[in-house]
Amino acid sequence: MTQRIKFYQTGTLTVGNRLLDEDNRTVQGTVDRSNSLTSGHRACQGCGEALGARYVVDAAMRAAGDRLFAVNATGCLEVFSTPYPESSWQVPWLHSLFGNAPAVATGVRAALRAKGRTDIKVLAQGGDGGTADIGFGCLSGMFERNDDVLYVCYDNEAYMNTGVQRSGSTPPAARTSTTPAAGAAPGNVFGQGKNVPRIAMAHGIPYVATASVADLQDLEAKVTKAMNIDGARYIHVHVPCPLGWGSAPCDTIKLARLAIETGLFPLYEAEYGDVTDVTPIRRRMPVEDYLRPQKRFAHLFRPDLDAEVLAQIQKIADDNIEKLKLLD
Amino acid sequence: MLKQIEGSHAIAETIALCRPEVICAYPITPQTHIVERLSELTRTGDIGNCQYINVESEFAALSVAIGASAAGARAYTATSSQGLLFMTEAVYNAAGLGLPIVMTIGNRAIGAPINIWNDHSDSMALRDAGWIQFYAETNQEAVDLHIQAFRLAERLSVPVMVCVDGFILTHAYERIEVPEPEPVDAYLPAFEPVQVLDPDDPVTIGAMVGPEAFTEVRYLAHHKHLQAIDVIPELSTEFADVFGRQAGGLIRPYRTEDAETVVIGLGSVMGTIKETVDEMRDDGVSIGAVTIVSFRPFPMLALRVALENAKRVIVVEKCFADGLGGIVVGSVRMALRGFSTPIYTVIAGLGGRPITQASLRQTFGDAVADKINDPHFLDLDWAVIDRELARGQDKRRSGPIAENILREMGLVGGKPV
Repeated sequence: MTQRIKFYQTGTLTVGNRLLDEDNRTVQGTVDRSNSLTSGHRACQGCGEALGARYVVDAAMRAAGDRLFAVNATGCLEVFSTPYPESSWQVPWLHSLFGNAPAVATGVRAALRAKGRTDIKVLAQGGDGGTADIGFGCLSGMFERNDDVLYVCYDNEAYMNTGVQRSGSTPPAARTSTTPAAGAAPGNVFGQGKNVPRIAMAHGIPYVATASVADLQDLEAKVTKAMNIDGARYIHVHVPCPLGWGSAPCDTIKLARLAIETGLFPLYEAEYGDVTDVTPIRRRMPVEDYLRPQKRFAHLFRPDLDAEVLAQIQKIADDNIEKLKLLD
Repeated sequence: MLKQIEGSHAIAETIALCRPEVICAYPITPQTHIVERLSELTRTGDIGNCQYINVESEFAALSVAIGASAAGARAYTATSSQGLLFMTEAVYNAAGLGLPIVMTIGNRAIGAPINIWNDHSDSMALRDAGWIQFYAETNQEAVDLHIQAFRLAERLSVPVMVCVDGFILTHAYERIEVPEPEPVDAYLPAFEPVQVLDPDDPVTIGAMVGPEAFTEVRYLAHHKHLQAIDVIPELSTEFADVFGRQAGGLIRPYRTEDAETVVIGLGSVMGTIKETVDEMRDDGVSIGAVTIVSFRPFPMLALRVALENAKRVIVVEKCFADGLGGIVVGSVRMALRGFSTPIYTVIAGLGGRPITQASLRQTFGDAVADKINDPHFLDLDWAVIDRELARGQDKRRSGPIAENILREMGLVGGKPV
């Protein structure tokens, strides 16, 4: 049976402030949110993914009139939410494998269509490993067929569940347990990695967006928008991981915001392959401010400042800002 | 209706009668004609509101079926060979989740060397993935087993593979009784899932289970197979009542009463084996045969009873385990544990090599005289083996074996050396 929620979020700018107009409050800030991912799960303190998933699923539930099925890839979100014999999910939820969540979601959608159950929506979720790497074939298939599924990737930039190994989404220079801070070029290699939102756009699907746990109003708005579109939709959510990034649990939101304000994680929306909207950077920050608090980048600062690598990373941010006109 | 029809098309038309709600398909020889025909039947509206999904891999095909089944739809797919191995992770997953998916296997060899022809290496590789496995002896039985497969799968909430010999059955045109809709509807009720995604009663399907309960979950899957041992003959009897013909069951003995030698096998080769048995019986040899229809669950007791008076047993199988010998024979030995009956393995028909009555007759004769190697590779060309072994001894860089052999046979790269 679903649990009643505790209404404890008050007085912050991030979560449905009571001081806002009724219309502008977040789904999360209301007492009638579905609380689909309820308390008691085993996520780490400061987990960006747990926060992101809670907002995504509750907003999706609201948009779907509480008629929603969730499909989950293997990963942190799956493991921390369903330790036997407990489950944090208060929504019909299906987990099959690491690399097949998009295809499983397609199957769920097909079953509903066969049964004429057009009232129920389908959400699929996975981490960056399940999305950019092992599940990529299934994801591309789901996009290409324009299957009526909203797929949400929670990107914490490595395989955190298995002990912080590099994924196709790990940023350059980042230390992971398979890209150690050792040798002549410590950390992850430059010039590698996938930009999944861009690849999603290349499929020409109706809606692609990037979002962040630093802007939960925006995240909810994008989920709500996506839920009201038919066909394949993709939202890529940036979710800091204190364990994998070597950051303080209390800095999750701060780091997510710095990723946006440096230009390293630009927020935008795209429809049918074209960018339709960007979130301008309010206060531009140097990448050093984002990198320095994270132990995965510690080798860029100790024993000496690695100005060359920092300049390379700054250039990535600058290019993002220029290409997407984030300062206009 | 009695039709002159290709095996694949008869299977496809029968699947359509079983009212699947989601079909997912990825092409792989020799199962392709099944899904091609089903795509046509879906487009023409012959399968109601069935959704036909063209996927990007076999892994996705079974994953789509998993999602569809968990959402309460009757789901079907078909594959072969490399495709089955490519979806392996999902094969185990479907069984672990207890989803009653039905999948046709158009049996074919596994590479390398790449080979598209028939043997049982593919389905045998996944014999312990938790699925029920039926092996069809004829195209008529392939048709009939699929109807029983849906009924069994849904009754026990366990997935079922129906294994049909590639080309030998899938591509054979013959007279097949394709059922009418009415008896199928009478035999196969609507799918009532034991677990389903439901907005009004949310459940978590696919939760993580640790050491505290994993053994129990696995035992319960085994328990379903033990139940199937009783249910499969029941469903076969009921099928005969409704359709007026025998099909399915656990095993099918042939002239085994008083037989001193009993040959065991699976699938289409049983036709040739039975012909050989008849011929040898005519010559006064006391021989019979047993067809294994259900390989998983393995009909331990039924086979033990069928073989208890045999003086020797010959297992003919289209697969083998390197470094060991037969695969089917291991299960047969389990059925006969405690008996001292000699059991011989004959490995035959690998990669589509024809299994001739003459070769079988010779081999069975040798076995009856207890003069046979175990395992015996039917029609193995020792000259080729010896030449290639010698080449490997002469020269470290002896090259790719498959190409060497083909070159020697004059099949590629010019003349024999």
